[in-house]
Amino acid sequence: MTSRLSAITLNTFREAVRDRVLYNLVLFVLLLVATAPLFGQISIDIERLVLVNVGLSSISLFGVIIAIFIGIGLVSKEIEKRTLYTILCRPVRRWEFIVGKYCGLVMTLVVNATLMTVGFYVALLVTAHHLTASDARLLVAVYFAILEFLMMTAVTLLFSSFSTPIFSALFAFALFVIGTFADDLRNFAAASQGVIGLILTAAAYVVPNFASLNVISQVAHDQPVPGNVVLFNTLYALLYSAAVTAGAVLIFERRNLK
Amino acid sequence: MHAIEIQGLSKNYFVGFWKKWALPALKPLDLTVESGETFGFLGPNGAGKTTTLKLLMGIIFPTAGAARVLGHDFHDPEIKHKIGFLPEQPYFYDYLSAPELLDYYAQLSGVPSAGRKQRIGALLERVGLGDVGKKQLRKFSKGMLQRVGIAQAIIHNPEVIFLDEPMSGLDPLGRHEVRDLIQGLKDEGKTIFFSTHILSDAEALCDRVAVIHKGELRGVGVVNDLRSSSAGKTEVIWQGAHALAAVVQYAMESHVTGDTVRVIAQTESLDPLLDRLRQQQARLVSVTPLHGTLEEYFLSKTSEQEPVRA
Repeated sequence: MTSRLSAITLNTFREAVRDRVLYNLVLFVLLLVATAPLFGQISIDIERLVLVNVGLSSISLFGVIIAIFIGIGLVSKEIEKRTLYTILCRPVRRWEFIVGKYCGLVMTLVVNATLMTVGFYVALLVTAHHLTASDARLLVAVYFAILEFLMMTAVTLLFSSFSTPIFSALFAFALFVIGTFADDLRNFAAASQGVIGLILTAAAYVVPNFASLNVISQVAHDQPVPGNVVLFNTLYALLYSAAVTAGAVLIFERRNLK
Repeated sequence: MHAIEIQGLSKNYFVGFWKKWALPALKPLDLTVESGETFGFLGPNGAGKTTTLKLLMGIIFPTAGAARVLGHDFHDPEIKHKIGFLPEQPYFYDYLSAPELLDYYAQLSGVPSAGRKQRIGALLERVGLGDVGKKQLRKFSKGMLQRVGIAQAIIHNPEVIFLDEPMSGLDPLGRHEVRDLIQGLKDEGKTIFFSTHILSDAEALCDRVAVIHKGELRGVGVVNDLRSSSAGKTEVIWQGAHALAAVVQYAMESHVTGDTVRVIAQTESLDPLLDRLRQQQARLVSVTPLHGTLEEYFLSKTSEQEPVRA
């Protein structure tokens, strides 16, 4: 089982790495980070603040775009091109295929985030000429971005297991936007009453809460993120991802392939 | 023990907005394939051949029925260690090279890492791709891809090999190469179940064949028996057109060219026909028994309506 899972994971990673579009996105982020000091020159004395905001937001946003862009084709492309036929005729369980694909994309995103983070810290060093201990705090935002990728990959994979790539992209992007404003949705649900209130409360708990994972402004202003928030967010992202991936497995286990 | 045993396997697709209308893609199929046999699954396009193979591979789920492969339920993942499959017009991960692809499939099939590299190298040599190096599959021709397809189907040395239209879309040279590869597997004693609509391939390779049409099994039997069952005709050529009138009741068809006559007759009516020709003093040129072809059998089975139980 482990060797099959690792084989599918590594092959998914290899496919992403050999995809030129992925390189374009990474290059774009690196360019964005490299040009961040120019923004700082427009805003006097807040170079670091601008760089941190632009850099960390880029890492998060482009990671999500890569997750959606690659994730929508993870299953549907294998069905459409019939490469799945030569997988499922082997002793590979369907859940192994889904979990392997999930791990492969997460691995891709983590490697990309790592590369972007290295680029970001290089840009920070170029701008400030030195790094301080407080700069290490910025890694919490990167870690939360990775938790965001875990959830986004699971969501995209769920849609990919039953829908076409275009609809999967639309659903996933819509859920990302709603999840980004999850706090507003919860406040709105709390202020509503009756059936509407119940529906909104249910929706608020079903959509991924990306708002709680966004600590970019906080770390940019040197405010620490409490340890219990890190722990809670980690547990939330892991449980949410596991539940959504299990949903993708349940759908895929019953699916007749074309 | 049968290598493959199919019992009442069927597949309906439900169509319409409410998915209420059942469209049968495969009517209840009963079939057995013996160990070491090369079995041809014949049928025109859309007959249900690929549906049957997809059911056996667990790619789609049956509406009813069951199947056993090497004595195990066909849904048992463990049995998949012992089967290989080449899909119709296969498409592989085109960003991989042939050795990378085979290594990936070998891992999925549980081939131990020790000796895997050597096995891949030997297999690529066997299918005539020993010199492809690290060239990505996107640069491969159709014939090369088909050979990679056969290599991936046998990378784990399976006992039973399923091939879906293995010669489809290949040029004569490619077909010949693939046919040789299948013959090699047959010589090794593998059980081969292959679907095709190219009857000459089935005739050359198969021990037994089944004919399927419109999702229904129409006939099954030993290739040589099927051929002889559609034989029983003899071609007679003589000189002396005047004699035709005396033997016309025995002729199934006749062609006259100048004074030369060519007649096709049933073999059992050959003696009285030849007697009459002697009486008419016609000069006999040749008497040639005609062998039936699988094509004749195939055409007869795909034009009648009665289903046949294997």
